Amino acid sequence: MRLELKHIHKHFGAVHANDDICLTIESGTIHGLLGENGAGKSTLMKILSGFIRRDAGEILLDGGAVAFKNPAEAIRAGVGMLHQDPLDFPPLTVLDDFLLGREDGFIQKRARALADLEKFSRQFGFDLAPDALVSALTVGERQQLEIMRLLSLGAKILIFDEPTTGISLPQKIKLFETLRLLAQQGMTIIFVTHKLQDAEDLCGKVTVLRLGKVTGEVTCPFTADQLVRLMFGQSLETRARATVALGEPVLELRDVCVADYRLRLPEINLQVRSGEVIGLAGIEGSGQRLFLRACAGLDQPVTGEIQLGGARMNRRPYREFLERGAVYLPAGRLEEGLVPGLNLTEHFILAKRSTEFFVNWPAAQTCAQTRIQEYSIRGVPTSRVEALSGGNQQRALLALLQPGLKLILLEHPTRGLDIESTMWVWSQLLERRTRGTAILFASADLDEILEYSDRILVFSGGRVARALNAKETSAHQLGELIAGKGMEIRD
Amino acid sequence: MTEDTITSRNRANIVGDFLWTIGPILLALLLTTLALIAIGADPAKAYATMWNGAFGSAEKLSSVMDAWVPLVFCSVGLFITFTAGLWNIGIEGQMVMGAIFATWVARTFDLPAEILLPLIFVGGALGGALWALFAGALKVYGRVHEIFGGLGLNFVAMGVALYLIIGPWKRAGIASTSGTEPFRPAAWLPNFPGMSVGPIEIILAIIALILVYLALRGTLWGLQLKAIGKNIRSAFWLGIPTSRYMLGAFALCGTFAGLAGAEQAVGVWARLIPSISGGYGYLSILVVLLSGFRAPLVPLVAFFFAAVTKGSIALPLDLQIDSALGGVLQGMIVLLFVLSQGVRSKFR
Amino acid sequence: MDTTFIILTFASVLAESAPLVFAVIGETLSEKSGVTNLSLDGTILLSAMVGFAVAFTTDNLYLAFFAAMIVGALVASIVAFSSIILKLDQIAVGFILTLLCGDLSTFFGNPYVRKPGPAVPHLAIPGLVEIPVLGKIFFDQNVVVYLSVLLIFAAWWWMYKTQPGLKLQGIGERPAAAFARGANVNAQRFLYTLIGGALVGFGGATYSLFVKLGWSYHHTFGIGWIALAIVIFGGWHPIRGAIGAYIFGGLQSVSSFAQSAFANVPTQVFQTAPFALMILALLFVSNEALDRFFSGSPWSRRVWQSLRGTPPGALGTTFEQE
Repeated sequence: MRLELKHIHKHFGAVHANDDICLTIESGTIHGLLGENGAGKSTLMKILSGFIRRDAGEILLDGGAVAFKNPAEAIRAGVGMLHQDPLDFPPLTVLDDFLLGREDGFIQKRARALADLEKFSRQFGFDLAPDALVSALTVGERQQLEIMRLLSLGAKILIFDEPTTGISLPQKIKLFETLRLLAQQGMTIIFVTHKLQDAEDLCGKVTVLRLGKVTGEVTCPFTADQLVRLMFGQSLETRARATVALGEPVLELRDVCVADYRLRLPEINLQVRSGEVIGLAGIEGSGQRLFLRACAGLDQPVTGEIQLGGARMNRRPYREFLERGAVYLPAGRLEEGLVPGLNLTEHFILAKRSTEFFVNWPAAQTCAQTRIQEYSIRGVPTSRVEALSGGNQQRALLALLQPGLKLILLEHPTRGLDIESTMWVWSQLLERRTRGTAILFASADLDEILEYSDRILVFSGGRVARALNAKETSAHQLGELIAGKGMEIRD
Repeated sequence: MTEDTITSRNRANIVGDFLWTIGPILLALLLTTLALIAIGADPAKAYATMWNGAFGSAEKLSSVMDAWVPLVFCSVGLFITFTAGLWNIGIEGQMVMGAIFATWVARTFDLPAEILLPLIFVGGALGGALWALFAGALKVYGRVHEIFGGLGLNFVAMGVALYLIIGPWKRAGIASTSGTEPFRPAAWLPNFPGMSVGPIEIILAIIALILVYLALRGTLWGLQLKAIGKNIRSAFWLGIPTSRYMLGAFALCGTFAGLAGAEQAVGVWARLIPSISGGYGYLSILVVLLSGFRAPLVPLVAFFFAAVTKGSIALPLDLQIDSALGGVLQGMIVLLFVLSQGVRSKFR
Repeated sequence: MDTTFIILTFASVLAESAPLVFAVIGETLSEKSGVTNLSLDGTILLSAMVGFAVAFTTDNLYLAFFAAMIVGALVASIVAFSSIILKLDQIAVGFILTLLCGDLSTFFGNPYVRKPGPAVPHLAIPGLVEIPVLGKIFFDQNVVVYLSVLLIFAAWWWMYKTQPGLKLQGIGERPAAAFARGANVNAQRFLYTLIGGALVGFGGATYSLFVKLGWSYHHTFGIGWIALAIVIFGGWHPIRGAIGAYIFGGLQSVSSFAQSAFANVPTQVFQTAPFALMILALLFVSNEALDRFFSGSPWSRRVWQSLRGTPPGALGTTFEQE
């Protein structure tokens, strides 16, 4: 199916998320849509798949104009979208999930759905048990289920929104294989990503978006540098990092084992010294969060010893970790960090952990004003945190950290942030590090890991590899380790 | 934003607030009037009877204050639990338990009034706090939602009261649900001459309200509690001991409910009766909702509710209309008020 | 104990649990779609009163049950409107409605207190009633009891065997995903809340026209709260919820025997026993210690999970299309 987008516009308040976007995609091709976070890729794709309405412009399918009121209409017309976090139902079984939304009568036709599922599974070489719970599948398997479901509903245009974010290397290889097969069968594939490598590997043609506008379209073969310039408006140079002399050991883990109901990471040994930056690499859900939470006292290790500044911290409450200068910054900013409904001043008071009984409001207000300037948060002391943008929320979270911390543990410190906020966040963190704070961070972004870490811990297949020296590690090596290659040797 | 626009906006807000408050009340009155017409009663007569029942004489006014005192005490407690994001529906039972503990103190110790009365109130506070802690522990450690825990404990507390009244604390010779033997006079709360209400409980209620209001606004504890109520996970992340604070909020709320129960026992009935809590616990939840969680409005709202409650008692005697009319009016007002708030914020 | 006695006990448990079954299934449907209708106790009181009053004045039982269902649906429509459209706190509105409906029932029910009125007639099913043991338990009842049993299976069939039922689960679990699959989330939630409310209303009329005939002040004594707790206990599953209702009914009849054994304990004290039981039951299904105990092996974890059930993922939340 041939797709044409003509002069699409979309505003969110003052933000012009899509500004006069024109795009033509031929059937049987894999078309890349590349851009930074916030470039407007997702907005455009949500318009195409009926999740949101455009303000102006035209969508043509095989030459005919269409306007979708909702995703169901889009899929009926042959446009299906696979979201970054697949829109499925974790508590249902694979077959139920496959059935839900099919329009074939009143009674569930389980046998027919099962036959469909098996047909597609054979075709693509997928292997999903129909009675397994969706919650037990990996992200890669959930994508496979969604692909089959969308195809069974008659999708001819398939949109993949950042599909390689949470999946392993073998799964990624499998996914690319599937996409090529789909294109061969005449499907139109739109591949949305911010990863250059993926676009290079897969797409015949790439359209680049920046700040809501199309900045260019390139056809294979293209160079990474070309794409970078279109994405950022300039080539990015990697800056040399100031070396910091490492100090005393801050955190020490001895034979620590952490576990939750589905994962068990045994025998972790690690010594973190002050001023050191350690990146935790791995597919999401490989235990990085578990590990970070254990280091902050939010979860208890099953066995082993955790020491903070030489003191044994097992079974100590989180508050004692805070008092000893170890703090954890969660990924869900409004869920487990900031308090929606409270303003910035109130947050600064709470974070100060003072023992005063009465709140000195005027002083707190002044103090908040200083912090807001210091951390260049776009807001006033009385701004409620939920009214701030993601980047400003992350700034506020960092501003809540007290001075003189020994250890900062972060989960996806720059996820969802634009490039400016990302750089700012890291400049703050590196600044703290020069003053002796050790930093442990988990990230799904390999480049971030390689750029900022001194050492790298790889989480894969229920194990944690011995820390790698970041200077001696290449992206390729790291990718292989994450995918599970060579983990055994390194242990 | 300049100072000017702030004040003019505030003024518009005040007018809006007023209209959006008075509107639902008038609508509720209209609906209640229709209800009266539906059962063939004369609405004017009914409202006049209610008015007289509440304000007809000094004694009647003092009986309104009998209801006002527990309503204010319970509302004060509820401000604490609501701030922490908790629905302490168990407040009714906490009142009962406060009255039971107070009764035990009154029956057990033969002391002069100056010592006995404070002791009774301490006992009542303790009873209410313990019963609230029970609901709190079920919530924090047993993950039973406080609505179910609290509600179940309400029925249990009433069962205990009833058992005591008919069983161990029955009046000599007769076991009757009308109540225990009256307390010895030392355990009677002094009243204004010829009335059923005295200065002590009114002053205590106002002091409690002011203290809690200031504490919630001005102290770190109040802010921490607010953070828990808005987002408990973030509050924990910020280093607030959430479980302890929630249990504390329950206990404090129970303390005030217990005081209310004790006050009803020694200030109004001078004995323990089965319905000692009089529904004031539940009613105070409505008071807090109607006040829009603004403590300074509580005395006023509580007075209005107390007047409606007491005024409607005269209805069955004089006009053969069920006294539940008062509850209908109160419920209608709060329902329409809450709905109108929703409409207002949706279509602003 | 002879068999006749046991059969009679079972038959009476089946019969007396009927109102609870209607209410539990109704609330399960509503909560499964994501809306908590906390007003159950008030709804049951009001619909029981209206059902009896209509039957008393018109002598028409069909009309009585119909009126009770309308009352239930009306109250539910306030809950649905306030939570789905106005996005208000479901607990606040539900609680206010509980109190308001209770007072309305007392106010309007005043003329009908302790009046003798019509009752649902007994209707043994010819033929089936002859089946040994089971016939006397299941087929020697009345239409309402048969309906209550049928409803359990109908609800189960709807939820797990039909396409709309599957969509219902989706709406309560993840509205955004259900929307992506063509569900009109808010309209469906509205509809299920109304249907749930109507069923609760039917349960109320069942109470005043069959289980505890007539009308009196706070006639149904807290049964709505019990129903709400049983929905949780039953893990939001119609059959398990119904089993919860029957277990509860069974314990009630056990306690009435106990009551005769402890003659010196006042009956009012026994009336509070169901609520203590309610707390214990909720403690059982939501306790962390039991979670840990059963999390040892994947097998025991699965059994435990299926025993206790999990609330619909989006229960109590609102949905707005982007």
